[in-house]
Amino acid sequence: MLDVSELQTVEHDVVVIGAGGAGLRAAIESSARGMNTAVISKSLLGKAHTVMAEGGMAAALGNVDARDSWKVHFRDTMRGGKFLNVWRMAELHAKHAPARVRELEDWGAVFDRTKEGLISQRNFGGHRHPRLAHVGDRTGLELIRTLQDHGIHQGITFHMECTALRLLKDGDRIAGVLAYFRETGRFLLLRCKAVILATGGAGKAWRVTSNSWEYTGDGYALAYEAGAELMDIEFTQFHPTGMVWPLSVRGILVTEGVRGDGGILLNKDGKRFMFEYIPEKFAAETANTVEEASRWLDGDKNARRPPELLTRDVVARSIRAEVKAGRGSPHGGAFLDIASRRPADFIKRRLPGMYHQFKELAEVDITKEPMEVGPTLHYFMGGVRVDADTQQTRVNGLFACGECAAGMHGANRLGGNSLSDLIVFGRLAGLGASNYVTALSSQVRADDEQIRAAVRSATDILNRQSGENPYALHEDLQEIMEDCVGIVRVEDELKDGVNRIQALKERVKNVKANGSSQYNPGWHEAISMGSLMVSAEAVARAALMRQESRGAHTRLDYEGERDEWLQYNIVIKKGADGQMQVDKEQRKEPPAYLKEIANAKIEDLEAGKVGQNAPAD
Amino acid sequence: MALRKFRVWRGDGQGGEFKEYDIEVDPGMVVLDVIHRIQAKQANDLAVRWNCKAGKCGSCSMEINGKPRLSCMTRMNAYGPDETITVQPLKTFPVIKDLVTDVSFNYRQNKRIRPFKPGPKGADGNHRMFQEDVDRTQEFRKCIECFLCQDVCHVLRDRDGKDQDRFVGPRFMIRAASLEMHPLDTDDRIPEIRKEYGSGLCNITRCCTEVCPEHIGITDNGIIPLKERVVDRYFDPITMLGRTIFGIKKRKKTLAEGGE
Repeated sequence: MLDVSELQTVEHDVVVIGAGGAGLRAAIESSARGMNTAVISKSLLGKAHTVMAEGGMAAALGNVDARDSWKVHFRDTMRGGKFLNVWRMAELHAKHAPARVRELEDWGAVFDRTKEGLISQRNFGGHRHPRLAHVGDRTGLELIRTLQDHGIHQGITFHMECTALRLLKDGDRIAGVLAYFRETGRFLLLRCKAVILATGGAGKAWRVTSNSWEYTGDGYALAYEAGAELMDIEFTQFHPTGMVWPLSVRGILVTEGVRGDGGILLNKDGKRFMFEYIPEKFAAETANTVEEASRWLDGDKNARRPPELLTRDVVARSIRAEVKAGRGSPHGGAFLDIASRRPADFIKRRLPGMYHQFKELAEVDITKEPMEVGPTLHYFMGGVRVDADTQQTRVNGLFACGECAAGMHGANRLGGNSLSDLIVFGRLAGLGASNYVTALSSQVRADDEQIRAAVRSATDILNRQSGENPYALHEDLQEIMEDCVGIVRVEDELKDGVNRIQALKERVKNVKANGSSQYNPGWHEAISMGSLMVSAEAVARAALMRQESRGAHTRLDYEGERDEWLQYNIVIKKGADGQMQVDKEQRKEPPAYLKEIANAKIEDLEAGKVGQNAPAD
Repeated sequence: MALRKFRVWRGDGQGGEFKEYDIEVDPGMVVLDVIHRIQAKQANDLAVRWNCKAGKCGSCSMEINGKPRLSCMTRMNAYGPDETITVQPLKTFPVIKDLVTDVSFNYRQNKRIRPFKPGPKGADGNHRMFQEDVDRTQEFRKCIECFLCQDVCHVLRDRDGKDQDRFVGPRFMIRAASLEMHPLDTDDRIPEIRKEYGSGLCNITRCCTEVCPEHIGITDNGIIPLKERVVDRYFDPITMLGRTIFGIKKRKKTLAEGGE
């Protein structure tokens, strides 16, 4: 029997799992509050998927349009989220984002500037005003590098290329994490008082995704197994513009900044089709002629926004509808044209990453020709259910933030609200965990049996005589999700998806990795299948239960938003019988001032007629 | 689809050898795609680092037909249809396994660079900087830390395990430059740049600049201006005279020597 005392063991107050924007920001806060803090990350430091974020981070600084305020940002966020957002989270986010962005500047970030020397802000889908602080189209790199270069001087311990296998508990409290080093295959026992999950989403359950290999829903599975709840997990965002050709880059993101800077969507007949798909709810604020859209681009503040900048779900479904109707581009997408709209040097300066990405991966010069784009699984709005102010789950000492957590974005996320989410809620999670640890009255200690069980389930994969190829299992899961839990959903397919996932789960139990435990991608892949299966099953089951179309969740058999369903979140937890339990839960009524702001006419809000009584924090 | 021949270095710190794989390649594939296909179909335990697959994270650096490159940005059609593709790990860093090397040297160097130290904000709570003043720093901040420049740097390549830390390498020279040229920064890193980061060791062969996938002017825009600042500070006769007469205005000691 394994002697636990022989495992490499470290002790910390707080362990953060994940080193993207949210994890790093959480660790910086926790460390600043005097906590002995460690970060474990599956990749090397600075490589997390935050690096891929392009467009910018939304914060109502008002540097470009002084009419902007947290209230307008909050209103935009609620509307984008189809009012399913946790009201308090959307409020905290809008209020805190400007301070968090300015703080990055104190830590060395160098954003693009306005003529006055302030942080420049760009337009983006669903945002009323130019609001996204940015650095060309590499804002995510700027964010992660700033946090990394600041964080390494804050006394935080970093364990790189280290994967969490299981959360350890002492009764109902968190007591540690069992992890392993990918490089050596050796286990690492982290004994701690609080854990912050910052593991991102689970995009790798789909084949066409903008996500990298890391996005296997580890945080969802760790939380679920530890007794926490998942919420709103049916809301998976398909970004409207992923690359579609060549096949090997299918799904890689094309920033919304292309459309923010004037790019338009065309079908194969050269028709600018988005004018046909303007939802009633947005009609009052969207240009309905090419002429008005052009005036907006030229900076006319009285012109309404072009329909290409409608929310991501609307644009993604519109592209899909055009393709279905036989009007798609040669490789099954739409044309995204900025070449005919902006001079070549403007495009190269504003969108250098996109210029190189297409030039080098697709041999397309975007200053001369249109891009081909189509929807790609991009983001999980749902995730681990947390308290809005502390980011704590229902498990004592377990926190979650960033994409991994639910609530902030409701049924759909606005572009640019993700990077600001990371720094706002990363900080709150770090704060929440520190306060929890400070108030903890007694020591916690995980018993040996949990640790041994976690080690066993990982090593069994290497030790069994024969079994399933992990790569083949992963491909099968991706096929199920593409077939049954895609951008549009119907009951029969979702039921079929749930059944097929059940059957696949049995096969995953028998997964086998060849070779040793030293840097063995086959073994890593096999281990991540466990997390992917929990995530995929949760999405399929929640999608089956929600009988309406709202935001990123589209049911062909239940079209349109249903008022009744706005009353509920779908909450998932592990039942006493070990089966996944899916429940409808009544949402809480928001404070009157938030309701008033979210539903206000924009003119009234900007004139200060609404929301004067809102508290400052 | 076409059948292509790949030679992939397999082994670990103890040694290894090239193994050959015949593998189907589709149009539009990059080298990393092919490696993934080998991994999925023929060698599940083939170790390779990668993340974004779009040239933005700098994880998948390796040597392809002798040239250090990002494998996610190296298209198969850049090679002749019958050409064998040889892939091996970066030569400057110790091998962990197969195509994965131990790049911890770089993380250690980064920690040696004195962090950003901004001046006070304006009365309205904002820092003010103008675009033309941040262009240079932004150029350096494009770095994706692929460490290809570190891999080809002669100083780092030839160190033979001795004096590991006498030169931080091109990546961290431009990191230092990005701070020194940051309009808000108030610190002075010139003493370290000379004595600890090893600016004098770079002999300006520009190999680093050549391999940079972000096309950063590492040598001309970063390292050479830093060398000039060192020369101005320590070797310019007028400055030296000024220092003697008017006293030392700038910090001379490095952190290691007990400077603040």
